Amino acid sequence: MTAQTTQHMIETHGLTKAFTARKRTVEAVRGLDLTVAPGELVALLGPNGAGKSTTLRMLTTLIAPTSGTARVAGYDVATQPQQVRRAIGYIGQGNGAGHNQRGRDELVSHGLAYGMSKASARSRADELVDSLDLTQVADRKVSSLSGGQRRRLDIAMGLIHAPALLFLDEPSTGLDPQNRANLQEHVVALRERYGTTVVLTTHYLDEADSLAERVVVIDHGRLVADDTPARLKADHAGDRITLAFDEVVDAANAAARIVRGHGDAEVEHAEREVVVRVASGARLAPAMLVDLQDAGLPARSVEVARPTLDDVFLNLTGRSLREGHTADQPATDQLDPIGVSA
Amino acid sequence: MSTATLTPTLTAPSNLARDTAIVFGRELRPVLRDPFSVVFSMIQPLVFLGLFAPLLGNVPGLSGGALQWFVPGIVVMSCLFGASMTGSNLLFEMQTGSHERTLVTPMRRSALLMGRALKEIVPVLVQAVIVIAVVVPFSFELHVAGTVVGLLMLSVFCVGLGSLSYALALAAKGADWIFWTVQQTFLFPILLLAGMLLPVDSAPGWLQTASRLNPLTYVVDAERALFAGSFDGSTVAAGFVAAAFVCALGLLVGGRAMRAAD
Ligand SMILES: Nc1ncnc2c1ncn2[C@@H]1O[C@H](COP(=O)(O)OP(=O)(O)O)[C@@H](O)[C@H]1O
Ligand SMILES: [Mg+2]
Repeated sequence: MTAQTTQHMIETHGLTKAFTARKRTVEAVRGLDLTVAPGELVALLGPNGAGKSTTLRMLTTLIAPTSGTARVAGYDVATQPQQVRRAIGYIGQGNGAGHNQRGRDELVSHGLAYGMSKASARSRADELVDSLDLTQVADRKVSSLSGGQRRRLDIAMGLIHAPALLFLDEPSTGLDPQNRANLQEHVVALRERYGTTVVLTTHYLDEADSLAERVVVIDHGRLVADDTPARLKADHAGDRITLAFDEVVDAANAAARIVRGHGDAEVEHAEREVVVRVASGARLAPAMLVDLQDAGLPARSVEVARPTLDDVFLNLTGRSLREGHTADQPATDQLDPIGVSA
Repeated sequence: MSTATLTPTLTAPSNLARDTAIVFGRELRPVLRDPFSVVFSMIQPLVFLGLFAPLLGNVPGLSGGALQWFVPGIVVMSCLFGASMTGSNLLFEMQTGSHERTLVTPMRRSALLMGRALKEIVPVLVQAVIVIAVVVPFSFELHVAGTVVGLLMLSVFCVGLGSLSYALALAAKGADWIFWTVQQTFLFPILLLAGMLLPVDSAPGWLQTASRLNPLTYVVDAERALFAGSFDGSTVAAGFVAAAFVCALGLLVGGRAMRAAD
């Protein structure tokens, strides 16, 4: 940007927001310290109510922090909101395009709002309509578009002025898997082409996992972890080995034996199943099976799953991120089996 | 898509007039694309026109006959309905998220209000033309100069009323029931007290006092004079003062609400 550029695209110190409604105070964001470098793609991951949207709304000047500071694109959100707004794009949780407007009209007027000339707003709108597959629907009333089309239109609106920094609040919520994949591709492509810094929020684990190089885990308004998905998993969760036995008593004995043999493992047993959570479980599993076989406790089946970000979250907070979000995702993509034998 | 420029040409720095024009243009576009929406808010006034005008035939004290007395009231009424409801558009945009999207742009907050409020002038004029077109065949006597001045006054009034409606939408924070309850609670007393449907000359004293405190009363009286082709100084001046008062109040309250909006 201009003058006041630091090397950070975003820099917050003790960023805090408390809402008071009906004499009750909710601390939506508590003392957030976050820095984002130019060109990064960061996902804020957390359950509903964690404070993700509130964080984004402070960073985009929509609400004033209760305390703490935030610099975005080199400008202070509290004292230089105008400059911040000029530098960023924001795609909120709702639909940016007015429902009684036409998509292309909204794109152009949004471009004008950022100070673009009519001609350049028009050609940029055409370009985005093209690249976001909106050609068929851009001149229809927004209310007649499907959820996926509307979301792509929102993305186009956020990009109209080619911001150096783009915020997306739950960009793929409500989209079917195909549209979600499609949208993720657009975000990745955008970044590759323009080097745009992207900050998005999500409660989809797989989205954070596959899309972001850096995941900031937020819970109850606090930052609880901040790293690459791979490193978070390595540091905060082990592989999961699920063993099934023919008899409940075998399972119980096997569980006891594994506890003795692997002091660092977390072992749970229920009915005929034993679940072992341990670092590099994929490497330990074969020897474990042989050991159990030798002790007269042969496993009937085994499954080894890599840790997910949900495991990370569970480990960090003691709660599953999936609670309340199971409806729109099949349980199967919780596990990512990498080896099955009998 | 390969030729996209990273920094688009920013021609104009943010300025109030340009921002207002952008918002105005955006608000007007759906009206131009779907003109029927303007007619929609007129259904009720036209029904009143059809039902009341014949009733008023025998009411004494209506200068120039029932239709001549009633039509300016109906013109004001259809604008009153339209402008007081206009906040519901903003309310809807607050609910869908498109209002939030305009708040992250560098546009001035006051322009977000003014552009919307100024747009109210367009339905005012269209509705007036429709009402007049409907009544002229029924021997309504049209005085062009007075009507033009009257519509100017009405435009000023409706910019203010529209702003108040937007302020109400912002204060309701997206809650429909708050908006509609307040809007309805104010609309009908203001409308009746202004003597729009029935003259208040023979009403009890307290009602006449209430009527005199209602700015709309002066607008309606002035419209009646102007539509009849009379440029009676004090009546017209009082109308303009009242309209200007509502306009200033609306822009002040609405502008403040928009700046406080989050
Ligand atoms: N305008 C508001 N008024 C009162 N409470 C709010 C408001 N916005 C958010 N909250 C509360 O702040 C917390 C964080 O909300 P939010 O940032 O929307 O979470 P997330 O986006 O992670 O789901 C929640 O408890 C929510 O109820
Ligand atoms: Mg949210």
